[in-house]
Formats: sequence, structure tokens, C-alpha cells
Amino acid sequence: MGQQLEASVLGMWVFLVTEVMFFGGLFMAYILYRSLYPDAWLAGSHELNEMLGGINTVVLIFSSLTMALAVRAAQVGSWMGQVVNLILTIIFGTTFLVVKYFEYAAKFEHHLVPGPHFDPARDPAQQLYFSLYFMMTGIHALHMVVGIVLMLIILRMAWKGRFSAEYYGPVEVSGLYWHFVDIVWIFLFPLLYLIGKHH
Amino acid sequence: MQSSFPLFPEAASSIASDVDLLYFFILAVSSFFAILVSAAVVYFAIKYRRRHADEVGHDIHGSIALELIWTVIPFVLAMVMFFWGADLYFRLARPPADSMEVFVVGKQWMWKVQHPEGVREINELHVPINRNVRITLGSEDVLHDYYIPAFRVKMDAVPGKLTTMWFKATKAGTYRIFCAEYCGTQHSGMIGHVIAMEEHDYEAWLAGGRTTGTAVENGERLFTQLACITCHKTDTSGRGPVLAGVFGSTVQLMDGRKVVVDENYLRESIMNPQAKIVLGYQPIMPTFQGTVSEENLLQLIAYIKQLKAPAAAPAAGAPAAAGQPGGK
Amino acid sequence: MTHAGNNSGSYLDAPHGIASWLLTKDHKRIAILYLISITVFFMIGGLFAAGIRAELLTPAGDLFTADLYNKVFTLHGVVMIFFFLIPSIPATLGNFLVPIMCGAKDLAFPRINLLSWYLYLIGAMLTLGAVFMGGVDTGWTFYTPYSSMASNTNVTLAALGVFIAGFSSILTGFNFIVTVHRMRAPGLTWFRMPLFLWAMYATSLVMILGTPVVAITILLVGAERALGFAIFDPRVGGDPVLFQHLFWFYSHPAVYIMILPGMGVISELVAAVSRKQIFGYSFVAYSSLAIAIIGFLVWGHHMFVSSQSIYAGLVFSIITMIVAVPSAVKTFNWAATMYKGSITWESPTYWVIGFMGLFLVGGLTGLFLGAMGLDVHLHDTYFVVAHFHYIMVGGGVMGFLGGIHFWWPKMTGRTYPETAGKIAAILVFVGFNLTFFPQFVVGYLGMPRRYHAYPEEFQILNVLSTGGAGVLGVGYLLIVTYLVASLFKPRNAPANPWGATGLEWDIPSPPITLNFETEPVVTEDAYNYAGRAQKAREN
Repeated sequence: MGQQLEASVLGMWVFLVTEVMFFGGLFMAYILYRSLYPDAWLAGSHELNEMLGGINTVVLIFSSLTMALAVRAAQVGSWMGQVVNLILTIIFGTTFLVVKYFEYAAKFEHHLVPGPHFDPARDPAQQLYFSLYFMMTGIHALHMVVGIVLMLIILRMAWKGRFSAEYYGPVEVSGLYWHFVDIVWIFLFPLLYLIGKHH
Repeated sequence: MQSSFPLFPEAASSIASDVDLLYFFILAVSSFFAILVSAAVVYFAIKYRRRHADEVGHDIHGSIALELIWTVIPFVLAMVMFFWGADLYFRLARPPADSMEVFVVGKQWMWKVQHPEGVREINELHVPINRNVRITLGSEDVLHDYYIPAFRVKMDAVPGKLTTMWFKATKAGTYRIFCAEYCGTQHSGMIGHVIAMEEHDYEAWLAGGRTTGTAVENGERLFTQLACITCHKTDTSGRGPVLAGVFGSTVQLMDGRKVVVDENYLRESIMNPQAKIVLGYQPIMPTFQGTVSEENLLQLIAYIKQLKAPAAAPAAGAPAAAGQPGGK
Repeated sequence: MTHAGNNSGSYLDAPHGIASWLLTKDHKRIAILYLISITVFFMIGGLFAAGIRAELLTPAGDLFTADLYNKVFTLHGVVMIFFFLIPSIPATLGNFLVPIMCGAKDLAFPRINLLSWYLYLIGAMLTLGAVFMGGVDTGWTFYTPYSSMASNTNVTLAALGVFIAGFSSILTGFNFIVTVHRMRAPGLTWFRMPLFLWAMYATSLVMILGTPVVAITILLVGAERALGFAIFDPRVGGDPVLFQHLFWFYSHPAVYIMILPGMGVISELVAAVSRKQIFGYSFVAYSSLAIAIIGFLVWGHHMFVSSQSIYAGLVFSIITMIVAVPSAVKTFNWAATMYKGSITWESPTYWVIGFMGLFLVGGLTGLFLGAMGLDVHLHDTYFVVAHFHYIMVGGGVMGFLGGIHFWWPKMTGRTYPETAGKIAAILVFVGFNLTFFPQFVVGYLGMPRRYHAYPEEFQILNVLSTGGAGVLGVGYLLIVTYLVASLFKPRNAPANPWGATGLEWDIPSPPITLNFETEPVVTEDAYNYAGRAQKAREN
């Protein structure tokens, strides 16, 4: 039904607006503290591995490509296209999370997790940086997990041949969510990893 | 102090009756419209009451003229209130230059007051009437708020920074002080009194007060005790900037920003020295977070504020010697 | 979106059984589920209020310990705002009426509607859990660093409860927006919609844009408390005032979530009791949108003495004064609607008049607080407490009660005793004024908020206030009593007991599950009393 698809797409866009506001609060805190403590931000950013972050960025961009291809495949009724692209999307998403795990483990080892074990030799304002780092990337990662679960559900439906030119709404709507999570990372990467890197 | 059943607070400061005037203006406008509209609604409900079961109201849809009138008039009135309130606020926010200083630190659950001459008080504040009094407010722990209803003044005490407020008491008397920002268990116990006295009575009180040294003397003692003097020498041979004459000047920071050296900058430099490092110096100053109390900070600041630039310094008033490159 | 239900018998009858209610997708049943839940929480919040007023009868803090009192006022605020006021009209009257007023069978996403009720319940249970484990004492505003570092009460648990309830709110708003955009019946253009729909739409905009910000703010406080993160901690350079900005960015628009629906109800009631077209319909519609949007730009008026910059304060103050104008416009339009109306003196009229009087005072007293220099004296005093209770209780709750009374026959198929309805409205109006008007006076005198004990000279005004609260409580109890009692009477309410226009009055009381036998086609403007009377005369 056309009305159903339109309603679902509008609904997903409305939901994504709420997500923008949700992440927005974190970005506001980031902007304030970066302007107050630029040196702490620079030092904190140097601790991040921009190669891993860059890899993750490329991985997510490819995952959005495969996601878009999956939606297209559903629209034209290509079973193989849907299944392959959805599986690839899931693989890319999982890769992102695995890399993230290694990054977090390194932070833990280097006493960069804010709180009682934070390296006392560092400028205390760096705790603000790392708190925001963990909140922003952590919540983003949670959204990735939700996205992967969503993809698994869609994959199961696609495997059973549920989607066609007449009915592909869930794929399109999940795709919108996935692209949004990707775009959030596109903002997070330069803001967290690339401070002062143009020198 | 007041009658046992007051309905309106005393106006005991130079700005109080101006605040009251704005209050009465808004009260008059509000009462007018509240009564007008309520009366109209009740009147219409009576005059146009339904006479028989099938009756309907007249076929009236609206009137652009009326909409304009009752949009523009409230808008204009609201703007008058805005400008009037803003003007009052500017006056409340800008202490006159000739104000005498008092330092107040809030902590759960008391107000610690320090006069620069050295006399301290807990929960009370003695002030002379007809003198501008500027309060520098700090907090040891959580948010508090210093509120003197009779003076119509109030300001939050924010942990991590210093705030200021000012007043001029105009009537001798005793007036209540309340903490007006919820701060935990004894929030309602964090109260006290302002005792406004004639000038000569105040001087007498001040002279008779037990003192542990003036704020500046205490600040100087702390400056040595905490070893500030080892890096902040009186000449440029120290590892830290010379502080004589620095207060009120503009300094250049390592990251390119320029800041004016005010109380909050001095406080931050002591508590979080990495935040705003002056150009030409290394980030080696240790933090005194946890070592100095808010009161100590105010004493240190009082000391640093009155350090005069050395007479032999270059004629240019600002920036201070701290801004000179390669300052070793 | 299809229902397994049948097309005959009302929505109350079929399907049968508890499971069919707890797993329902019918917006009307979900509205009733919400109605029961929020009534329970209103009573819990009311109990806390009774505790506050009982303690404040005497100047000394002699009824509760200071810590207990601090928890009582905190929980009064948390329960009343998050678990009563915010859902109140949208989740009950909104859920019930939005689809019907759109001419639809249900909302756009019925299962998400049910999910929103369960999220509300989970959030409510978590918060109740925090209550039973010893309470929270931060004030409903959770200011840092007290909430993130100093308080030793169940802040994280209560905050989690509010966080989850926030999603309930977001889902409701999201459902309404999609429904109004996509599911209006043929002929129902935007400017033929009843003003209640405009109000629900504007409210939904606020819900979806604002609530996520308080959600992330709560998460940040929770992270500071539970994980030791540093966001607002001044010892490492964090700014406690940042919390206030993030918190009020939602919590100011939240007050519009709490009043816009009430205004929507009053628009419907004024038109119905006057049997007249709303004066300036499009101005009222646009004003709802204006309030919702401009309301996002005034949050700093809660922070004039927080160390916010003077210039930021100026911007917030002038916009605060501007946002008062659309509310004034609406009030004038409602009054003008009554001019040359045909006004009944049945109980809904009492609610309308009560709302108008109380909302006038509440709205106008906002001007005192928006004027910066005056706010310095009034901030954090009982003047503010009186102001917001006049709007939220005098406006919001009166609107809610007026709507519940007005649509009670439609929702339940029963009528309530008219005389009792009038007496209750009068009791609530008188009790309310007696409770809160003295608080303006004691606030200007300087009595701060959240005070467990206070100086003696404030006592008489506090005694008056507590007395009023008693009358108010009796009024509310009376309402609950006769409304619940009416449920045991036969279901014989007519389809249109008030002789009002609107799609909801063209269907039986109570409606069938799918609302309409056939999809309605709308051919007239809302409130077309004159047009219909004209047609009746011609026949």
C-alpha cells in the first residue's frame, strides 16, 4: 500500500530527527569544551589512532553502499542482490565494531578511561575530552548494534523472499536508519580523530 | 524587624524601589488584562446564555483588525517590560568602580564571609549603609545562591568559578539572607542576616573584629607557603610570568587567544593551570585543586590584584611583562 | 494496520478479556490504559504534595527530617511532570481523539502506540523503585554538581525511569505527526481540522524535538555518577551551567507540551459551549505553532542569575516576551468566540471559565519573570512556584479535566451527574486559588523554593496555602468518585450530548472499534454551527 510506505518513511524521518537532537546535545557539550580547552582537545585527539578511525570510516561508507544496493535489489525483486548486499552490510558493520573494540581496549590499557583510573599525570581537562569521546562513540556503537540486529531481521525476511517491487518498505526504512548512523560517524571521525592533523 | 504579618518586603537598597516600580507596572498591566478578559468571559456567558435547545451562536468568523490590535498592543507592552527589565538588570550586573569588596564563599551549609580588612563572619554580613558593596561569590562544593530579599539582589555561587553581585544598603537594619539554589539537606538552614550600619558604627565594628590578617596579608602568606614565589618571581627570571600589574591587563595565550586577566582567570590559572597558558611559558605549573579552598583562592586573588607593576617596567601599560617573548 | 476485531459492538465490548486489553492495538483502549495509569500517578504525586503542604503549615521543619522533605518535593515534581502532566492530555484524549478527528480507523502505527504505554509503565516502575529504595533528593531539575556528585540518593535509577518514559513521549508525538500528515480523511484539509488537532500536532513537534535532549542530558548525569565520567565536574574544568543549558533546552519546551494540549481542549470546549465558530480560527492555529517553535528559544530565562552572560540573557528575555504574545492572542480569540454565542451553563462551561481565569494569571505572571531585573528578585522563590502551578494546574489540569468531562460520554458511554460536575469545578477553582495565590505574595516577600523550614513571618500565607490545598484535594477526590461511579451505571449516553460539531460526535457513544462504519468525507469547516443551522432551516 502506497499510504503505508509513505507513512513508514515519514515515520523513520521523524525518528531520525529525534536522533539528531539526541546526538546534538553531545555535540553542544563538545563545542563548548573544545572552545574552552583547545589544548586538552588537541592532546586527547593525538591519543586516537587515526588510521583505525580512517579504516572504520571507509568500512562504514562501503556499508552504506551495500545498503543502498540492497534497497535497490529489493525494489527490483532480485533475491541474490538483496541477500549478498545485506550480508556484506552486516559484515562491514561488524568489522566496525571489532575495530572499535580494539580501540577501546587500548584506551583502557593507557589509562585514558575517565574516572578513578585516569592517568593522573595528564591535564585534568583531558578527562572531559575522553568522557565525550566514550559517550559519543559509545552511543554511536550502540546504534550500530541496533542497526546490525535490524539488518539480521531484514536479511531473514529477504531470504524468505518477502520483498518485491510491491513491498520493500522495511528495507528502505532500515536503510534510512543505517545511512543516518553512518553520517553520524562521518561527523565524529574528524571531530574526534583529526584535531590539528592538518599541520 | 518587620510586622508579624508582612505582605510586602522592605526596600532597603538603592535599587529596591526601582525593582518594585517595575513590579507594580507589570502588576497593573496584568491586573488590567486579567480583570478585563475574565469579566468579559463571565459577562458573555451570562448575556448570551442559551435560551432554547436548538439555538446556535452568530455566524462570526473573525476580524483582522481586532487580531492586529490585540497582537500589537500586548507586543508593545511586553517590549516596554523587556527594556525596563533589561535596564534594571544592567544596573544590577555592573558594580560601580568605587565599590568596597567583600568575599563570600558558600559551602554546604553555611556562608563564610571575609572582609578584606581581615574580619570574618559566618552567615552574617555587616555592611555600612550608603556605600557600594561588591561581593565576590564562590562555592566550595555545589551550587548555592546568595539572596537578600530586602535589597532585591541575588546571584548563584557556582563551583569552579567566581561570580559577583553588588548593592548599596540605604537603611540601617537587619535583613534576611537566604540560600536560593537547592543544595541538599540543610538548604533551608543556609540562612543568615545582613546587618547594615551607619558608617561610623561599621568602622567601629570592623576595628573591634577579631582578625586573622587582612585578605591581602593572608594571600601573601599563602603565596609563599604554597611556593608560588619560586616560579612567579618579581623579575622575569622565574619560570612563570611576573604577576605584578597583571590584573586587568590583556595577555596572549599559547594557542593564539587573548584574555583579560580578571578574578576568574586568576582562579582558573591556579586550579586548572593547563587551560590557558601564557605565550612563551611551559605548561609546568601544578594544579592546586584540592590544596586551596575557595577562601584561600579569594585571598590569593586579593593579593595578586594589588601587586603593582614595577616602576622600572617598560612604559607600555599592557600587556604585562608576562607577555614578552622568550621571557627567561 | 488491520484489526482482528468486528465492526459491531463498541470498542469496550469486543474483544473480551484482560489479554485483549493488555495486547490491544486499538488507540481508544490504549487511551483508557493510559488514563488509568496517569490517574494513579496523579494520586501518588498528590500524596507528595499533601506532604509538602502539611510540613509547611508550621515554620519549623517538624513533620519530616530535612532529607525526607527534600525527597518528597523532588518526587512530587518528578512524578507530576514526567508521569502525569507530560502524558496527560496527549496520551489519553489525544490517543482517543486524534484518529477519530482525522476520520481514520487508528493512528499510523498502532503497535508503536502500545509500545509507548509499556515504556511509560517501565519508566514509572523504575522511578517507583527509586522511591521504595529510599527516594531521590535532587529536585526534579537534577542540577549538577549536586545530582552528579554530591547526592547519595537513587539518582541514577530515577533518572533511568525518566529516560525511558521520555521515549514513551517521543513515540506518541511521532505517531501523531505521521497520522496528521498522512491519514486525514478525504476533504479534511489542514484548515478544516479541529483546533485540538492543531494543538496535538504542535505539541508533538515539541515532544520529538525536545525530549531527546533531556534524554542525552540524563545519560550524561548517569555516566558521571555511575561510570565516573567527567562532564559537569568543576574540579576538572567541567561547567555545571552546561547542564542547565542542556536541561532547560528540553524542560522549557516541555512546559508547552503541558499547556498546548490544554489550550486545544479549551478551543474545542469554547466552540461547543458557545455553539459558535472559533473567532480567528487560523490565528489560533498559527499561534499554536508559534508557541511550539518560539518556545525552543527561551530556555535561558531560567538562568538569569546562573552566571550566564548578560547578552545571552537579553536575547532570552526579549524572546520570552515575544512568546507571550501568541498565548495572549489565543485568549482574546476564545473570549471573542463567546461574544454573541449561544452559551450553555452545563458543566463544561465551568471548566472553560475556570481555565480562562487561571491561565490568565499564570500566563501574565510569566511576564514578571521574563523581565530580567525583576527576575533577579523572584528567581527560585515561591513566586515562580505559584506561576508554574497556575499554568500547569490551573491551565493544564483544568484543561485535562474539562476535556475528560466533555468527552466522558463519548469514551465511556456514560454520563456523570451534572450538579456534581459543577460543584467539582467550583471546588477546584476556589481551592486552587486559595492554595497558590498566597504563594505569589510570600514569594515576593522572599521565601525561597524547596525550603523545609522558613521564617515565622511567612506562616500565615503558608497556612492559607495549605488550607486551599485541602479544598483542592476534595475537589479532585469528588471528581474521581463520580466519574468512577458513573462506570457502574448503564451505558446510555447519546451520541452527541452537547449538540457539538466534530467527527467524534457523529459516531456512537462509545464508538465501535474501527471508529467509522464507512470512511467519512469532510465537506465543511470545523465548528460549522451557523452553516448547519442554516441548512436545517432550509429543510
